[in-house]
Amino acid sequence: MRVALFIPCFVDQFFPNVGIAMVKVLRQLNVEVSYPPQQTCCGQPAFNTGYWDEARQLARRYCEVFADAEAIVSPSGSCAAMVRNFYPELLGQATHVTSNTFEFSEFLVQKLGVSDVGAKFSAKVTYHDGCHALRELRLKNEPRELLRNVQGLELVEMSEAETCCGFGGTFSVKFPMISYAMDDVKCESIQKTGVGYVVSSDSSCLMQIGGYLRRQKLPIKTIHLAEVLATT
Amino acid sequence: MTAIADQFKRAAAEKAADPHHRAVLQRAIATYDAAVARGKTRFADWQNARAQAAQIKWETINHLDRYLEQFERQMIENGGRVFWAETAEDAREYILRIARSHNVRKVVKSKSMTTEEIHLNAAFAVAEIQVVETDLGEYICQIRGESPYHIVTPVMHLTKADIARTFHEKFGTAPDATAEELAGIARAQLRHEFLTADMGVTGANFLIADTGMITISTNEGNGRLSVSLPRIHIAVAGIEKLIPRLEDLALMWPVLAASGNGQAVTVYNTLLGGPRRDSETDGPEEFHVVLLDNGRTRLLADAEQRDALHCLRCGACLNACPVYRNIGGHSYGTTYQGPIGSVITPHLREAREWSHLPYASSLCGACSDVCPVRIDIHHHLLHNRRNAVRLRFDKTWERWAFRAWLWAMQTPQRYVLAGKLARVALRLGLVTPLVNPWTQGRELPEPPQHTFRLWWRNKGRDGCPQASVKKQPRRAGDNAFYQHHE
Repeated sequence: MRVALFIPCFVDQFFPNVGIAMVKVLRQLNVEVSYPPQQTCCGQPAFNTGYWDEARQLARRYCEVFADAEAIVSPSGSCAAMVRNFYPELLGQATHVTSNTFEFSEFLVQKLGVSDVGAKFSAKVTYHDGCHALRELRLKNEPRELLRNVQGLELVEMSEAETCCGFGGTFSVKFPMISYAMDDVKCESIQKTGVGYVVSSDSSCLMQIGGYLRRQKLPIKTIHLAEVLATT
Repeated sequence: MTAIADQFKRAAAEKAADPHHRAVLQRAIATYDAAVARGKTRFADWQNARAQAAQIKWETINHLDRYLEQFERQMIENGGRVFWAETAEDAREYILRIARSHNVRKVVKSKSMTTEEIHLNAAFAVAEIQVVETDLGEYICQIRGESPYHIVTPVMHLTKADIARTFHEKFGTAPDATAEELAGIARAQLRHEFLTADMGVTGANFLIADTGMITISTNEGNGRLSVSLPRIHIAVAGIEKLIPRLEDLALMWPVLAASGNGQAVTVYNTLLGGPRRDSETDGPEEFHVVLLDNGRTRLLADAEQRDALHCLRCGACLNACPVYRNIGGHSYGTTYQGPIGSVITPHLREAREWSHLPYASSLCGACSDVCPVRIDIHHHLLHNRRNAVRLRFDKTWERWAFRAWLWAMQTPQRYVLAGKLARVALRLGLVTPLVNPWTQGRELPEPPQHTFRLWWRNKGRDGCPQASVKKQPRRAGDNAFYQHHE
C-alpha cells in the first residue's frame, strides 16, 4: 500500500512530532509513504469563517497536489473531515481525492485492518473525541481500539469525552470567554479521571486542552494518538 | 460590531465566567440527559424514528402551500376562523381586535414561544388587558419580568430556592417553601384566573392538515383549562407547525416528548377542532387560529436551509449545546435560543443585526446529532456564516486578513515563510492576549526547532525513523521525540 501524507499546516509548523510518529507507524506496517511538498493548508480556517471563495481556491489546490495519490492519510480528524465532507459541497462534487482522504486511526483500522500496532506506552490515559473525528467522520471506536491494544496502557473514559473542548478555530478568538469556559468544563472532566495523559486525534484540541492544563500547572500531559502508537 | 452583537458578547462572557450559573444548568441538563436516554429506549429504533419524523416534516415543508390551504378549508368547515398573519404586527392587531370586540378584560395563556416571538404580552399590556401565563415556568417568568430561558424549560436557570424567594417577594409565602407548597400556591392563584378569564391564548404543537385540528401538549393540564373555560380561544402558530395527517401524531407525539424531556408522551395531549358545537358541553364559543409567517417564508425560499422549518421546538439542541450550557438562554437576546435560534434568527429578523450568532459556535455538531427531525443545524451555521460574508457583514480587516492568508497559502515558498514568521513571533513572545485572546488563561505551545516539512526533506524521506525509538515523548509539542531523530 502506498499513501500520501497530508500534514495539516499547524501540525507541520507546531507539532512536527505528530507527523513523524505517523510516518513511523505507517512504515512499521510496511506502508510506503510519500509527502507531496506542494501542500499547504486545506482551507478550513477560511471555510469555517465564511470565506468560501478563498477556501475553494485552496480546495482546488489540494485536489491538484494529491491528484495522483492512491490514499491520503492525515493525523487530524478535523482536516480530513474538511476534505472528505466539506470539499464536495465547496467544489460541487466529490472526487477520488476527497473520498480517499482518511484520518490516521480510521486508515489503520478500517483500511489496513490493523488495530494492534505493537506499541508500548505505560500510562493511564483518557481519550478526547475531537468533534470532527466523532461527528463528521463517525470515528468513535477506531482510536479506542488502537489504544486498548497498546501494551501497558490503561484507558479511562471521562464523562465529557464527547463534549467539545471549545477550540473551534476562529471561534476561540472571537468568543474567548465561551471557549475558555468550555475548556474549563473539559479539563475538569479530565482531572476527575486521575490520568497522566489526554490522548486525541487532533493537535488543535490538544493545544486547547494542553494550553489550559499547563497554565493551571496540572500534572496531566497531552499527547497525540500517533505519538502513543509510535512508542515502543 | 453592532450593539446587539456587543450586548451578546458581554452577556455571554458574564455567564460563561459564573460557576453558579454553570452548576445550575449542568444539574438541570444532567436530569434531562438521563430521562432522554431512558426515553429513547422506548423506541425499537430511535434513529429510524428520527428518519421517519424528518420525512414527515420534509413532505410538509416541501408542500406547505397545499397543506396550509387544506388546513384552512378543514378548520373553517369545523367552524373555526383562520387568520393569515404576514408579520408579528398583523398577528397582534388581529388578536387585539378580537379581544376588544368581545370586551375581553382578562386573558389566560398556555405556554407558547410563538406568542413570545410576536411580543403579545406587551401588546396586551398596552391595551390594558390583563394577561396571565398559566404554565408554571412561564408564570414564574411573568412574575419575575423575565423572558423564558429555554424553549421548553423557561426557568432552567432558577433553583427551587430562587423560586421560593420570588414567591416570597410576590405573595409573602415562606422564604423556604417546599416545591409542593410553591406549586400549590400557583395552582390556587391560577384556578381563580382560569375561572374569570374571557379569552384563552395558546400556541399549537401541531396543526393537522387533513382534519383541520390543532394539538396542544402540556404536563400541567393548563392548556386544556385555557381553551375550555374562556369564551374565546385564539391559537397562534407558525406556518411550519403543520403535519399532513392525523395519524402522523402516532410518531410525532412520542418523538417530541422523548426529545423534549424524555417522556413516553406528554401528560396532556389535546386535539382541538373548532369551537363548541351544539351537541357539546364545553369549549369556546369562538375558535381562531392565527397562522404566522413573520419571516418563515423567507426561510422556505432558501432551499439550502429550508429544513430548519422542520423544527418541533423540543429544545434538544439547546441542551446538547456546549455553548448554551455555558452562556444560558438570556445571553442570546432572541426568542429562540441555542443552535436552532442561531440558524433561524438571522432569517426571521434583520440578517445583519444577528449575523454574530452563527459564529458563536465551535461547530461541534452535537445539535445536529440530537435533532429529532434531523435538521442539519451546525451545517446551517456554516451556511449563515458564508451568507454573512457574501452580504459583506464581515469586518474589513478580517476580509483583508483572509485575503492575505490565502495569498500566503498559495505556494509552498510563501507558506514556509509565513510559518517561520509565526514561529518566530511565538518564540519572541509577541503573541500576547492583546494579539490573540486565546492566550488569556492558556499557554501557547513551545515552537519546535524544525517543521515536519524540513524533517522530511533532511531525514524522513530517506526512511528515517527506523523501528527503534526508545524514548517516550514527554508531551505533544516538546522536542524529545523529534530530536531523537536528528
